[in-house]
Amino acid sequence: METIQKKAEEGITSELALVQAAKKGDLEAFSELVRRYDRNIFRIAQHITHNEEDAQDVVQDAFLKAYQNLEQFQGNSKFYTWLVRIAVNEALMRLRRRRNDRTVSLDEDVETEDGSIPREVADWSPNPEQLYGTSELGDILKKTIQGLSPGFRTVFVLRDVEGLSTEETAEMLGLSIPAVKSRLLRARLQLRERLARYFKSKKGGGDGQQ
Amino acid sequence: MKCKDFLQELTDYLDGKIGENLKAELDEHLHWCHECHVVMNTTKKTIEIYRDNQIYELPDDLRSRLHQAIMTKCRNSSQSKKSRT
Repeated sequence: METIQKKAEEGITSELALVQAAKKGDLEAFSELVRRYDRNIFRIAQHITHNEEDAQDVVQDAFLKAYQNLEQFQGNSKFYTWLVRIAVNEALMRLRRRRNDRTVSLDEDVETEDGSIPREVADWSPNPEQLYGTSELGDILKKTIQGLSPGFRTVFVLRDVEGLSTEETAEMLGLSIPAVKSRLLRARLQLRERLARYFKSKKGGGDGQQ
Repeated sequence: MKCKDFLQELTDYLDGKIGENLKAELDEHLHWCHECHVVMNTTKKTIEIYRDNQIYELPDDLRSRLHQAIMTKCRNSSQSKKSRT
């Protein structure tokens, strides 16, 4: 245990070694896994639930569930992939509860083409982020992503915010690779369309010519 | 190539996961289609803005509270497991 602890402090212990130690009851090893991924899990949970209280609960419950079910973790995938899958399910459950709607799922609205066909084709200001202060920009980004359905924003967050691969995202969400790609494309286009109203260039009279 | 076909490939194009021949066709389309060029650039910017401005950071004090709560729950869970066996 001491060796694990020491290596963890040096940041060189592999994820698998930590999982194996935690399986044997080494709480310090599990604690290191929590420290490695708590920020990511919190972000993902916030994006799905849009509620800080729910996101905090998701972080706690996802790690506790992972700890209680460590025996079932086979090590075929990365621990993080497995953990995110647990967290996404927890987050969707809380979203359903809050909306009092059992139909909330990753498949919601996936057939709709709304906002996926570009209508706004005016160019943006060269540095759109500089048009707004940090907190105003944060509000715009939150409001915009909240407008996407859960299935779209979850794929966007995992792929583009967390930087995971299409394959990892598919495994985490139990979706096929083409389904992830199609949702990602539509999520990106819908966000672009909605952000355009804040970021489009005021110059050029809307014809986009420089 | 039509704009619709370009859009279908936009995700792979932006992720740089596209074969050379298809990439050349897409570049050719971008060369003359101003609208697709704008859509491509602004979609790229959309991704960058979300990537560069993390909107949901976990504050340090909340982080340590959550960490403590998680570890307490885990400890209690292993103790109740032991007492059951």
